[in-house]
Amino acid sequence: MQYVLLIYHGTSLTTPLPEDEQKRIYAEWAEVNKTPGLTGGVPMGLPENATTVRVQDGKTLTTDGPFVELKEAVGGYAVLEADNLDAAIELASRIPAARLGGAIEIRPSETYW
Amino acid sequence: MVTTLEQVFRDQWGRVLAALIGFLGDFDLAEEAAQEAFVIAAERWPQDGTPANPGAWLMTTARNRAVNRIRRDRTLAAKTRLLQVPQAAEDTMDATTFPDERLELIFTCCHPALSVDAQVALTLRTLGGLTTGEIARAFLVPEPTMAQRLVRAKRKIKAAQIPFRVPPDHLLPDRLAAVLAVVYLIFNQGYGGRGDLAAEALWLGRALAELLPDEPEVHGLLALMLLLDARQQARFRDGELVLLADQDHSLLDTAEIAQGRQALERALALGGHGPYVVQAAIASLHADQPRDWPQIAALYGELSRRTGSPVVELSRAVAVAEVQGPQAGLEIVDRLSLQDYHYLHATRGELLRRLGRTDQAREAYRRALTLVHDDAERRLLQRQLAELDARPTKNTP
Repeated sequence: MQYVLLIYHGTSLTTPLPEDEQKRIYAEWAEVNKTPGLTGGVPMGLPENATTVRVQDGKTLTTDGPFVELKEAVGGYAVLEADNLDAAIELASRIPAARLGGAIEIRPSETYW
Repeated sequence: MVTTLEQVFRDQWGRVLAALIGFLGDFDLAEEAAQEAFVIAAERWPQDGTPANPGAWLMTTARNRAVNRIRRDRTLAAKTRLLQVPQAAEDTMDATTFPDERLELIFTCCHPALSVDAQVALTLRTLGGLTTGEIARAFLVPEPTMAQRLVRAKRKIKAAQIPFRVPPDHLLPDRLAAVLAVVYLIFNQGYGGRGDLAAEALWLGRALAELLPDEPEVHGLLALMLLLDARQQARFRDGELVLLADQDHSLLDTAEIAQGRQALERALALGGHGPYVVQAAIASLHADQPRDWPQIAALYGELSRRTGSPVVELSRAVAVAEVQGPQAGLEIVDRLSLQDYHYLHATRGELLRRLGRTDQAREAYRRALTLVHDDAERRLLQRQLAELDARPTKNTP
């Protein structure tokens, strides 16, 4: 079973942290990345630099910023191959953003075609 | 005859459905197959007699129906586990000793990835065997809404792969707490007047106690529900709520109290001291005459430290008022930030009345009236307010 983990940082990425705390977060990420079945996503830049594109009546409209509010924007993603939802929840709870005011959204992957 | 058949159905539904879900890996298919088997049983048993092992009969019939359906329907086969275990699966299950997977089922139904509303509905539907209509009526929700809730929950279980299993040890305490919360919620819905649900919750509580005999909180919850339910006759007089202090002790169901105390003893023997066990101990003390108020106050103190709940503190205040007088109770009440909780104001009203501060008591009861939702509770408050006006103001406590 494949799950897509969407990582929301909330305000945690833009809040400066003491150096030792920052090191701890990197160490936690390193542990998370060792999880069998986990494929990390491409690291994403801050939502401040996002451009959002819509097409209306054949016209391409671009706006500055993410589709949702800044603090609600997706901050990263990963793909996990796991037996069941409990395994995905367990991994999600170890991702630093989850304890830093952000959250992890677990979405089962789906085959549409 | 009809009742016995109903009883058999009642006892077997959860077990048969749980084993079918475990076998087929699909809630909908299992439910359809179980339903078919029960319909056939309802037709045949009254003529042919109830089989010696009704559960095995229902299980075999349901399983055969499901397997036949899957054979006919290739796309269905693709969606179920039977694809991976084509022929052998049929023979692996000995129908006379089919596994009891009700625990797996209840842990799946009460998985935290489902909303509490969905957990409750799914538990009542799958383990309790209530129809969608019955659940909808019990929770005052339109039937299509309830049907939709059940469909959504089952779809999520499948799509997100919520496991059909008893959680491993490190997850068990949290997950069990969720299961117990669902059962207690069902009980409280029934305690508020819909008696069928209280019976349903008791039935689930007994089943859990049988399936998890070594978990003290399971026995604690069963004890609590039995001890509260034993009070059901005494709680209402001519459809009106009766305060604990005014309840007729002779109306308590003594057999149920004995059962409740037995469950409590079991919980205590297992070293239980969780919130349900402590609440059951308090309920047990409330069934004594006269009440041991100092002990009740002490247990509320314990529960309050354990849960940090202001609602528990409010109950402690009532007990403390009995031991040390209304002023001591009032001091606790006035420290609580529960301004929107009608019981807080009702309790204040009662304590102020005892202190002879009638005007303030009246004010507190009126405040409670603006916050109350339940009709029986409202009428009780109105009676209390009327009695206050009828009585001359006393200046001594």
